[in-house]
Amino acid sequence: MSQPAPLLSVERLTMRFGGLLAIDDLSLDVAARRITGVIGPNGAGKTTFFNCLTGFYKPTVGSVRLNHPQRGVLRLETLASHQVARSAQVVRTFQNIRLFPQMTVLENLIVAQHNALQQASRFSLAGLLGLPGYRRAETAAMEKAVGWLQRLGLIDKADTAAGALPYGMQRRIEIARALCVDPLLLCLDEPAAGLNPRESAELNELLKHLAGVEGIAILLIEHDMSVVMNVSDHICVLNYGRKIAEGSPAEIQRDPNVIKAYLGEEEADELGSDEEHRPEGVQ
Amino acid sequence: MALALQQLINGLTLGAVYGLIAIGYTMVYGIIGMINFAHGDIYMVSAFIAVTVFTLLAGFGISSVPLSLLVVLLVAVFFTSIYGWTVERMAYRPLRGSTRLAPLISAIGMSIFLQNMVQLTQGARVKPVAPVLVGGIDLLSVDGFTVRLAYSQILIVFVTVALMAGFTWLITKTSFGRQQRSCEQDRTMTALLGINVDRTISLTFMLGAALAAVAGMMVTVYYGVVDFFIGFVAGIKAFTAAVLGGIGSLPGAMLGGLLIGLIEAFWAAYLSAEYKDVATFTILILVLMFRPSGLLGRPEVEKV
Amino acid sequence: MTALVLAPHGTSPADRLKDAAAVAFIALLLGIPMIGLLTVDQGGALRVATRWPTLFAFVAICFTGRLILRLAIDRLRAAKQARERSDVELAAADRTASPWLTWIGWAALGVALALPMVFSENRYVVDTATTVLIYVMLGWGLNVVVGLAGLLDLGYVAFYAVGAYTYGLLSTQFGWGFWQALPVAGAIAASFGILLGWPTLRLRGDYLAIVTLGFGEIIRIILVNWTELSGGPNGIASIARPSFFGLPFKPPGDEATFASFFGLEYSTNHRIVFLYYLILALALLTNLFVSRMRTLPIGRAWEAIREDEIACKAMGINARNVKLSAFAIGAMLGGFAGVFFAARQGFISPESFTFNESAIILAIVVLGGMGSQLGVVLASLVLVLLPELGRDFAEYRMLLFGAAMILIMVWKPGGILSHREPTLRYRANGGRR
Repeated sequence: MSQPAPLLSVERLTMRFGGLLAIDDLSLDVAARRITGVIGPNGAGKTTFFNCLTGFYKPTVGSVRLNHPQRGVLRLETLASHQVARSAQVVRTFQNIRLFPQMTVLENLIVAQHNALQQASRFSLAGLLGLPGYRRAETAAMEKAVGWLQRLGLIDKADTAAGALPYGMQRRIEIARALCVDPLLLCLDEPAAGLNPRESAELNELLKHLAGVEGIAILLIEHDMSVVMNVSDHICVLNYGRKIAEGSPAEIQRDPNVIKAYLGEEEADELGSDEEHRPEGVQ
Repeated sequence: MALALQQLINGLTLGAVYGLIAIGYTMVYGIIGMINFAHGDIYMVSAFIAVTVFTLLAGFGISSVPLSLLVVLLVAVFFTSIYGWTVERMAYRPLRGSTRLAPLISAIGMSIFLQNMVQLTQGARVKPVAPVLVGGIDLLSVDGFTVRLAYSQILIVFVTVALMAGFTWLITKTSFGRQQRSCEQDRTMTALLGINVDRTISLTFMLGAALAAVAGMMVTVYYGVVDFFIGFVAGIKAFTAAVLGGIGSLPGAMLGGLLIGLIEAFWAAYLSAEYKDVATFTILILVLMFRPSGLLGRPEVEKV
Repeated sequence: MTALVLAPHGTSPADRLKDAAAVAFIALLLGIPMIGLLTVDQGGALRVATRWPTLFAFVAICFTGRLILRLAIDRLRAAKQARERSDVELAAADRTASPWLTWIGWAALGVALALPMVFSENRYVVDTATTVLIYVMLGWGLNVVVGLAGLLDLGYVAFYAVGAYTYGLLSTQFGWGFWQALPVAGAIAASFGILLGWPTLRLRGDYLAIVTLGFGEIIRIILVNWTELSGGPNGIASIARPSFFGLPFKPPGDEATFASFFGLEYSTNHRIVFLYYLILALALLTNLFVSRMRTLPIGRAWEAIREDEIACKAMGINARNVKLSAFAIGAMLGGFAGVFFAARQGFISPESFTFNESAIILAIVVLGGMGSQLGVVLASLVLVLLPELGRDFAEYRMLLFGAAMILIMVWKPGGILSHREPTLRYRANGGRR
């Protein structure tokens, strides 16, 4: 299979907080229309990595390039967080769900389409007057939102305050909301956390559908291996801010470094791994 | 030069008072994350109590200055602490855990209530107090301008330093201090560890009120006049000091207080007395623009 | 009501007595220095007077009041628990839209329209209603900033002042009329809103509160001291009153006046009633504008910023612009209200623009229920009328005002009306099921 140019290429990314090296010289390519898993023990720097991609942190060193089909190459590390979502169409969810809790589910999804709607409302003038151009944009936004709600089985809750819904549903709402921004790349931070097995299985289906049918590249941070190993095309393993392995799910499952990082030195040794290599940075 | 020295003395004195009041704001903010808007008025109440007790003592014919200062201090601290306790109990505790704005509004209501209560019960007119601590030391004299260090100023600075030392010990070394700090960090966990959080918060309010009472007594001695409106101005200044120093930080509150006192004194002397408050607030805005968590506040990494 | 509960389970009479005794003891301690003792000025020197009977009356009132309150709370709570057990659905029903709120809104509008006709000869009633409407308008303006965008603004009165002084100066210096000055003053107030908003964008809620408070004070101090511009503490007098489409409200003279044009007998009440309808119209326009804005993208973005700023950024929303627009629009509406205030009074001075005004306006927004337009009306009525009703014992007015703020918050921390109506629905009001 010939490798097309990657959608996103991270080069030598380093993020330092005072004395703490949260991400250390990380390089990674993310292919279009594929699911890339990012795994690693707690504190490995996964969420920090997302924050660097999406403009919430300015990386100390390194570059993040996005090959935008219409806008050419965009340097994400130079953009503010809202520009990352708006111009580069890189959209994320959050580990500890960040919805607009008092607003309804539908409103959450409409807010995600703010920029298109705001443009159609012409500094709110067309909106205030209720001109047809704005009406059309509003209807279109509504249709898109309703479409995703139906696809994710949330349509019954469209008019319920988002904060009043159960956890698993809030996770799905957050994904639906991100999808309303029309992402090229969707960064999901532990989307399966707190889901029951049935919900996890549904999530698997959804992610495969998004990448395979909708053509959205997905970058997935996840601890639930049944999700990661099942859906990922490619996996990158972080430990103490460094990439310790990369490859297909099958390769990762066999990788001795990964086993050590997850199980610790002794247990890995007991399992009979005679690999000399130790994960870098372990003190 | 002489004027600058005099303003330095005046500014430090004023700043010490602001700092003492600011500690009340900063502690309460640290522990329950709310602006105790009525704190300035607690200070005002304490000044009135001090006036009453000074007058009583004078009426009894007690003329020993140290004795009367000590008695007034103790009585003012005692009653003002009860005011601090009651304010928390009535206006803030029921609103704990509700929205961020609800306790603020109830605090503003409490501030209005206290102001008008004092106006009703003690009268709206300015109260002149018979001077308690008169005289001072003439430091130097240049071109007919004498730099004077009043005894009351020495008292203020001395008491403030002593209180700060005691207070630092209380917060860092005692069991109450540990409980107080752990409440600041995580109230739920503190409660789970079997610490009476309500009691700790009540004590924090009482301590803040006690410090305000010390400030109130000293201001009564220093200026010799008290009215029901002093709480508002002093409260705003002290709160500004707390924010400037980094709200939640005790040394920050003192530093902020001293800075505001100095800015005011120098601005009033060299630029314009009318605009001294404008200077204070402008500097506050500038500091916050470039250091949003204040001078000594812990800079926050945006949690995502 | 948990506020006033000292003993959590004071159910037996003995417990209630003990609890009331504790309250009475605290009341005694609080009362000794403030009620029991007072200092009186006697020929320049202070003397201490005592009021022990008053103090004991106060303590006795606290004791019995506490007993009764305690009893009432326990009864109410028991009744509420019984009700909740019998009817679990009640809470769920409460959350949905309540049509009677809409009816109250229309009824209030009807009353507002009819009021000057009913009370056409009662100048005091119309005047007070005008004051209520000024606060309603200010509340609706501040609601954009605090209620919708969630930006804690303690200096809103500054924009009110900017509007009032802009009209005052334009009127006295350049002879501008009310209608010419209105848009200009609104624009200038909006620029001040941006001026304040700009440096505070990065600040967290409470820092924002103190900076806005400082901003309000800065404006007031400048107005007091910059005598050449603002007239200093004396303010600006003889500001032109608004005219009825060019017809002034004056005693009959050479030129056409409102009374002569319509062939009416001149009465000072014409202007009072006209001013009332003018502020009513301005307030209704404000309401229409804010309600409409709320359902537009920008309005939803305001609410989204209040709910979660970081999520907003992740959705591609420029938080800075959204916040600035909230500041600007809130300030503009405050400026409009200021223009009206100056036109109504004919005289303005810094005294009308103290921090207390900001506090009252903020209280109206929060007491009414953040973001609720009808709540602002109710809270304005309560906060303006309560002191007015207490006129007979005028010195207790502000005391009652402060106490009311505390009690309403303790009773309903979310405000009088805390219901939030969605800006759009999938099912149009339960039609499609």
